[in-house]
Amino acid sequence: MKNKVNRELPDDIMAQLAFKPFQTTEIGHPTIQRAAPKLVATTGNDKLKDSLAEIVQATVKDGMTISFHHHFRNGDFVFNMVMRLIIDQGIKNLTLAPSSLTGIMNDLVIEAVEAGTVTNITSSGMRGKLGEFVSGGHLANPVIFRSHGGRARAIEEGSIKIDVAFLGVPNADRLGNANGMNGDAVFGSLGYALMDAQYADKVVLLTDNIVPYPNTPASIKQTQVDYVVKVDQVGDPDKIGSGATRFTTDPKELKIAKTVNEVITKSPYFKEDFSFQTGSGGAALAVTRYLRQSMLDHNIKASFALGGITKPTTDLLKEGLVRKIMDVQDFDRGAAESMHTNANQQEIDASWYADPYNKGAMVDQLDVVILSALEIDTKFNVNVMSGSDGVIRGAIGGHQDAATAKMTIISAPLVRGRLATVVPDVTTVVTPGDSIDVLVTEVGIAINPKRQDLITAFQNLPGIPVFTIEELQQKAATIVGNAHPIEYTDKTVALIEYRDGTIIDAIQQVKD
Amino acid sequence: MAENTERLRRTMMFVPGNNPAMVKDAGIYGADSIMFDLEDAVSLSEKDAARTLIYEALTTVDYGDAELVVRINGLDTPYYENDIKAMVKAKVDVIRLPKTESADMIHTLENLVVAAEKQFGIEVGTIHLMAAIESAKGVLNAPEIAAASERMIGVALSAEDYTTDMKTHRYPDGAELEFARNMVLHAARAAGIAAFDTVFTNMDDPDGFYRETEHIHQLGFDGKSLVNPRQIEMVNKVYEPTQKEIATAKNVITAIAAAKAKGSGVIAMNGQMVDRPVVLRAQRVMRLAKASHLLDEEGNYIEK
Amino acid sequence: MEIKQTALAGTLESSDIQIMLSKGTDGIKINLDSEVKKQFGAEINAVITSVLQKFEITNANVKAVDKGALDCVIKARTIAAVQRALGTTDKPAWEVL
Repeated sequence: MKNKVNRELPDDIMAQLAFKPFQTTEIGHPTIQRAAPKLVATTGNDKLKDSLAEIVQATVKDGMTISFHHHFRNGDFVFNMVMRLIIDQGIKNLTLAPSSLTGIMNDLVIEAVEAGTVTNITSSGMRGKLGEFVSGGHLANPVIFRSHGGRARAIEEGSIKIDVAFLGVPNADRLGNANGMNGDAVFGSLGYALMDAQYADKVVLLTDNIVPYPNTPASIKQTQVDYVVKVDQVGDPDKIGSGATRFTTDPKELKIAKTVNEVITKSPYFKEDFSFQTGSGGAALAVTRYLRQSMLDHNIKASFALGGITKPTTDLLKEGLVRKIMDVQDFDRGAAESMHTNANQQEIDASWYADPYNKGAMVDQLDVVILSALEIDTKFNVNVMSGSDGVIRGAIGGHQDAATAKMTIISAPLVRGRLATVVPDVTTVVTPGDSIDVLVTEVGIAINPKRQDLITAFQNLPGIPVFTIEELQQKAATIVGNAHPIEYTDKTVALIEYRDGTIIDAIQQVKD
Repeated sequence: MAENTERLRRTMMFVPGNNPAMVKDAGIYGADSIMFDLEDAVSLSEKDAARTLIYEALTTVDYGDAELVVRINGLDTPYYENDIKAMVKAKVDVIRLPKTESADMIHTLENLVVAAEKQFGIEVGTIHLMAAIESAKGVLNAPEIAAASERMIGVALSAEDYTTDMKTHRYPDGAELEFARNMVLHAARAAGIAAFDTVFTNMDDPDGFYRETEHIHQLGFDGKSLVNPRQIEMVNKVYEPTQKEIATAKNVITAIAAAKAKGSGVIAMNGQMVDRPVVLRAQRVMRLAKASHLLDEEGNYIEK
Repeated sequence: MEIKQTALAGTLESSDIQIMLSKGTDGIKINLDSEVKKQFGAEINAVITSVLQKFEITNANVKAVDKGALDCVIKARTIAAVQRALGTTDKPAWEVL
C-alpha cells in the first residue's frame, strides 16, 4: 500500500503489526485510553542495592521490553553496564525501547542482537555501526522509529509497554528521589526519562551519588522507583555535552544562520511574546546569536524557548530576552547548570513537550522552529533518518513534533560535498511537507506554496532571493550531477512512525 | 574604459587556488570580485595542480555576477607564462599581476595575453588586467602602471610586502601606509580605473577592520581585498549610502530624466544647474544603494 | 602515452579527490574509494577514464580516494596527476583542458 506521502509500505508487516498508513498532520480530537503500570507496593525501606547483577536477574525475563534514556549521550556508562549483564545472563527475545541510541551503545546493541538477546528495537534514531548493521538486514524484525512526542504517546497508550526501565541519574536518595542537576555526571533536564519513570512496571535507578533522604528537587519521585542501585560511575562528564559552546566560524553556516534570522524577524510571528525552538548544532547556535541582536534592536521579548536547550538560550533567559525556558533536554553543561540557578527554566517531560495525544503539548503553542535536514524534497518532505546511500544514520528527535509550529524553517545547505540536500524525492520521509513552511539555504530560500501569506511577507527580503523548491532542486542537481539510485532488497529493516502512530515511511535493506 | 567605471568593486575576496571546497563555494557570499590565488596561497609543488583546478572551476562553476580575477605567479617565476595561457583560455575576467613595479611589466604581460588570446581563438582585448603594487618602486611608478594599458581595470595595494620593503610593519593606525594609499589611489583615479585597498587579516578584531575600511572609504578607494567571506558584509555596510544621500541622488537622476525628456543638455535641479561630478556621484550612490538592497523594485528606499 | 613515474595529485580534504596514477599493463584499472560510490561511482570513473583517454593513455592503474569532489575537481586532479606521471607539468596539454 501507499500512504498519503506516496510511500510504498509493506502490506504484510503493516497487517501483522496492525499499523495504519500516514494520512494527515491533523491530529483532531481522538479519545485516548492511557495505560498504567503494574506495581508491587512497598514502604520503600529496602530499595537500595549494591548488586546490579542481582537486580537484573530479579527483574528482566525473556520476551520483556526494557528501556533506557539517552540524556548521557556519548558519555553514557549505564546502558553498556546493564546490557553486558543481560547478555551474559543469557536472556533472550527482548524489545529494546530506549528514548534514543547513541554511538557509545552501538557495540553492545549489535552484540545483543547477534546473541538473540534483543530481537526488537524502537528508538528515536541510531547512527554509525548500528545504523549500518540494521540497514544491512541483520535484525530480524523492523526497527520502529518514533519521535520524542511519538514515543511519549506510544508509552501512554500502551503501544510501548515497558517492563523494566534502567535509568541512570547523577544523584538519588535511598528511596529514588532524583534529578539531573547535581553530581558529577549532570545533564540537566530528565525530560525523556520521566516517561519511563512514570509508566514502566519496574523502575531501576542507577547512580554513583547517593544523597541524604529526602532529595529535592525530585524530578523522578520515590513513588515511581523500585530499586536504587549504587554503581561506580554513571557517565563521563566530558562526553555528556560540550562544556563551553563554540560558535561556528564557517562562513556558509553563518550565511544560512543570518538568513534564518532574517526570515524569523521579517515574519508576522516576530512580535512581543513570540516563542521559538532552535535546537543544537553550529548553525542553530549562530541563529540564536543573531536572534538575540534582533530582539534587542526591536525591543522584543519571547514568552518561551522550547526543546533541547543550549547555553546561548539560557543566556537569553538570564538577559531577560526570554521569559521561560521549557526544557526537555540540555545539550551543554552551561544549559544544565543554568537549571540550578534559574527558576524560569522549567523541566518538562516528553509528553508535555511534544505528545500529540494529550491535553495540549508545548509544541502546539510554538510560533517558530528551526530544524535541520539531511534531505528535503520538492514536496517539502524532510529526511533526518537515512543518508543518500540509504543507510540509517540519524534520529527523528523532536523533528515531526516541533514541525507543527506556526512557522517551521528548515535550515540546510543546498549541497554537502557531492550530495544534494534538495532532491526530487527524499530517501526516507520523516516529517511530511505539509508541516514545513520555509527552506533556508546559502543561495536563497523556498517557501511552501501552501503558505501564500509567507510568500507575500518574504517577497522583498533585502539580499535574500526567493526560489521555488523545484528551482533549488535544479540548482543542486546542476552542481552535483544526477545520483545513481540506491538498490534495496525486499526486506523492511525499519518503519518510521509519524507522531500519531501511523506509518509515514519504511526503510528497506540496502543491497550488498 | 567606460565599462570599468560602471562596476562596483567594493569587495575582492581571496580564495586559495588549490582548495576545492573554498573554490566551489566562492560564489555564495556576494563578493563583487572573486580573486583566485595561484601565487602566495599555493605551495611550489602544487602550482600545476592549482592552475588546472582554477581553470576547471572557471569553466564549469556558476559564480553569478561576480567579477572573476586570478592572481597569477610573478614574472620572475617559471609558472608565469603557463598561468597566463591557462587563465586566458579560461576567459577569466581579470588577470592580477603581483609585485608590479613598472609599466613595462604590464606591457610584457599584455603581449603574452595577446598571444594567448590569438592561440586560443579568443577576441583580442577580452581579458582585463590589474596590478598589485607591493614595493616602494611600485608605489612610485603607480601612475605609469595604472595607465600602462587599455586593459587595466584597477590597481591594488598589497601592504605586507610593501611595509617590509619600507623597513616597517603594519600598525593599527595605518600611518605607514598613508603615502602608498594616496599614491595608488591617485594613480587609479588619474587613469580612470579602480583602486583596491590591502587586506586586513585579523578576524578577531572587527573594530580594527571597520576603522580601516571607514578610512579607505573616506579616502575614495573603490573597495578592499578580503581574506574571509565574513568581511564582505562588513565592507558593504561601510559603503552603504545613507537615506539622505539616496534621496539627493534620486532627485538628480529625476532631473537628468527630465532634461533628457526636454531634449535639453542642461540638467537643472531646484533652479540650479547640476554639474557633471554631481551626476556621477548620484549614479554611483544609486548603484551602491541597489547593491546594498536599499531600494525596492520601483527604486524606493526600503526602511530597515 | 606511457606513464613514466607514479604520480599523485589532490588531497584528502573535503570536496577534493586524491588521484594516484601508476604504470599498468592491462588497460585502465581504477580502484575508487568514495563515500558516494553507490550514487556517483560510475560517473567518477567515467571522468577519470575520459581524461586518460584524451592523453592517449591506454594502460594505467588509478587509485582514487574521493572526498565528495565535483566533476570539475576530479577532472583537474586527474589532469594534474597525468602531467606529473608523464613529467610534463611545465608543458600543460592545452587541448585536454
